[in-house]
Amino acid sequence: MAKLLVKERQVVVPGEELAEGMEYLPGFGAYRMDDHVRAKRLGIVNISGRAIKIIPLSGRYNPKTDDAIIGKVIDITLNGWRIDTNSAYTSLLSLKDGTTEYVQKGADLTRYYKIGDYVAVTIVNVTSQKLIDVSAKGPGLGKLSEGRIVRVNASKVPRIIGKGGSMISLIKEATNCRIMVGQNGIIWISGEPKKESIAAQAIGLIEEKAHLSGLTDEISRFLKEKVK
Amino acid sequence: MVYEKRLDGRKFDELRPIEARAGIIKRADGSGYFRIGKSSAYAAVYGPRELYPRFLQNPTKGVLRCHYNMMPFSSVGGRVRPGGSRRSKEISMVTNKALLSVMELDDFTNAVIDVFIELDQTDAGTRCAGISAASIALADAGIVMKDLVSAVAIGVVDNSVVADLNYDEEAYDKGDVADIPFAVIPSTGKISLLQMDGIITKEQLNEAMELAQKKCGEINRIQRAALKDKFKAGENHAE
Amino acid sequence: MQNEMQKNMLKYLEAGLRRDGRKKDEWRRISVEKGVSANAEGSARVKIGETEVLVGVKMIVDKPYPDRPDEGTLMVGAELLPMSSPDFETGPPGIWAIEIARVVDRGIRESGALDNKALCIKAGEHVWIISIDIVTINDAGNLLDASALGTLAAIEDTRFPAFDGEAIDYKTKTDKRIKMNKHPISVTVWKIGKHLLVDPTSDEEEAAEARLTVASIEDGKLCAMQKGGEEPLDMKDIQKMVDMALENAAKIRKNL
Repeated sequence: MAKLLVKERQVVVPGEELAEGMEYLPGFGAYRMDDHVRAKRLGIVNISGRAIKIIPLSGRYNPKTDDAIIGKVIDITLNGWRIDTNSAYTSLLSLKDGTTEYVQKGADLTRYYKIGDYVAVTIVNVTSQKLIDVSAKGPGLGKLSEGRIVRVNASKVPRIIGKGGSMISLIKEATNCRIMVGQNGIIWISGEPKKESIAAQAIGLIEEKAHLSGLTDEISRFLKEKVK
Repeated sequence: MVYEKRLDGRKFDELRPIEARAGIIKRADGSGYFRIGKSSAYAAVYGPRELYPRFLQNPTKGVLRCHYNMMPFSSVGGRVRPGGSRRSKEISMVTNKALLSVMELDDFTNAVIDVFIELDQTDAGTRCAGISAASIALADAGIVMKDLVSAVAIGVVDNSVVADLNYDEEAYDKGDVADIPFAVIPSTGKISLLQMDGIITKEQLNEAMELAQKKCGEINRIQRAALKDKFKAGENHAE
Repeated sequence: MQNEMQKNMLKYLEAGLRRDGRKKDEWRRISVEKGVSANAEGSARVKIGETEVLVGVKMIVDKPYPDRPDEGTLMVGAELLPMSSPDFETGPPGIWAIEIARVVDRGIRESGALDNKALCIKAGEHVWIISIDIVTINDAGNLLDASALGTLAAIEDTRFPAFDGEAIDYKTKTDKRIKMNKHPISVTVWKIGKHLLVDPTSDEEEAAEARLTVASIEDGKLCAMQKGGEEPLDMKDIQKMVDMALENAAKIRKNL
C-alpha cells in the first residue's frame, strides 16, 4: 500500500520518511531506499502528483551558468579580476568580460574594479572542476557603488524575489531603494539611509520566515508600518 | 559483585537527560548543540568552501574534515592544554568516518566541509555527543546527507550492559568496565563508529549492539526535533 | 576606508545612524550567565547581541615565584575557536587572541581587584593560580569587551576545589570564593572617520581605523589601556574616547 507520510510544506530533515511504497517518486532532495522515499536534506516538502521534492532551507550557494550574482573583487591578475562568489569557488572576470572599453596591456586595472569592490555579474561558464567565468557586460551589471551589502542564505533568494519579482518590487516601491538580489545570496541596496535600513530589515524578516506562508501580507504590513 | 544498581540511579537502558538545538552559531553555515548528562558538544559547519593547501583537494569530490577539541576548562580533572593531543586527533578521525558514509559530496569537487566540534563540559561519551551534534550541524548547513548519524556509548559494567556510561561508571573500580562507543545510521541500522576498550564476551557485544540501535533511535528523534524546532519560532505570527 | 561600502557606512554615521539602527553609544542586548560549565571551578557565558563567549576558570596549585613566595597569581588565555567565525583558523593562537588575553589580564591585574596574598596556601610551597580560559562561540564583533566581562563573571562564580596539601580534589568544590575588591570593566571605543562608537559589529570593526580599550574601576579611575588599529589618535580623540569608555563602563557594570 502506498502511503504519504508527510504534508505539503512540512519541514523535514535528512533521513526522514516521506512516503511508503513504490507509488511515490523521489524528486530533488529526496531518495528511495527499499520501500521508502526519504529526505536527504533539510527543507520543505513539495508534492506534485507522485513526485516528492524538498525545497532547501539552507546550504551555501552552488554556482550555475546564467545565474546573476554579486561578487567581491579579491585579487587582480594579469588577465582580469578574481571574484569571490560567496560559494566554495572563486571566479575569473576577464579583461574582455569586465568592461566594454578596450583595455590596453599594462593598464591600471583598479581604474575599473578595485579590491573590495562589489560587482554584479552573470555566470558564463562552470566547468566540471568548478572553474568559473563571469561577465559584467549586460544591463544592470557592473560595479556597485554606494549602498550597502546584505547577506542572506542563498536558499532564501527565491522567497526574497517572490513570484514574478513581486516581493522585491514591494520593497523597492515602499522604500524607493534600488535593490539587486544576487542568486548567491548577496543583496545590494542603495537609497536614502533610513529607507535603506528599512529595506534591509524587510529582507532580514523574509529570510527569517522564508519557510512560512502568508509572507507577502506580513512584509506589506511591516513596510507600511515603518515607512510613515 | 554484580552491578545491580547504577551509580546515578538510572535504569540499565536509560540515557541521561538530553538537550539538542540547531542553528545556535550564527556565523557558521550550520551549527548544532548536543548535551547528554554533563557532556555537551557544540558543532559548527563551514562549507563547502575553498580547500588549501591545494594538495589536499580531491578533484572528484568534496572533502570532509572534522576537528574534535576539548575546551581548556571542560575536563573533570585539571586544565586541558589547548592545541590538541593524539587522543583528539584520533577522535577527529573516527568522527569523520562515522559521518562520511551518509554524505553526498560529489558536487563539491576540490572543496572542503569543515566540522568543528568543541566540548564545553565532559562527563564521558564525548565523542558520541560530538557526532550527534555534528549531524545536526551538517543538516542545518544544508549538506546533502542520507540520514542523521546518532551516537551513544554503551558500557559493560561488571557484566551488566548499560546505556550511556558516565564518568563515575567509567571509573567504577569494583568490577571490570568496558566502554563501547557506537554511531548508528538509523535508516539502515548500519554502524559507522565502533570502538571498544575493556574485556567483554561476544554475547555482551551482541547485547550492546542491540541496545545501541534502540538508543540511537531515541537520539535520532531528538536530533530531528531540534532541527524542526528552529523553524517553529515565528510560526504563530504568520498565517 | 577604501571601498564603496565603507564610504557608505560613513554616510550613515554622518546621518547619526548605525547600520543596525543603534545610536553610537548604544549596546546590543547584553546577557551574563554564571555557572555554565560543570567541571570548571567558575564559568560564565556572555552574549552581546549575536556575539557569544564562554569563560572558564580552573584552579591550579603550583609553586610560587621565588621573589613572591606568598602570592598566587592569575593566568589568562584566549582562543578564537574556528567554529565561531569563518575567519578563524585552527592552530596556535594568533595575535588577536593573544592581545585579547593580555588586555583582559592587565585590566584585572592592574586594578588591584585580586588579593594575591589570599591565594597563598603555604608560603614558598603552594599557592593558587587562577587559570582563566576565554573561548569564542560566535564572533559578531566586540569580542574584547565580552571577554573582559565574562572573565569578571567567571571569577565571581569560582569556588575553590578541595586541596589536602598534596593533590587537588576537583570533584569537591568548597564554599570558599575568590575575593574581588573591585570590578574593573573594559570598554573599547572604536573610531570610524571622525565618529566614535562602542560595541561594534564585525562590519564596523572592519571599517574602523583605530580603537582604544579602557579598563576602569568603580571610582572612575583607569586601570589599563590599549590602543589598537592602524591610525594614530590625537590627544582630543583620546580624551573623548576615555570619557565615552567611562560613561559606558557604568552602564555595563550593572550587568554583573
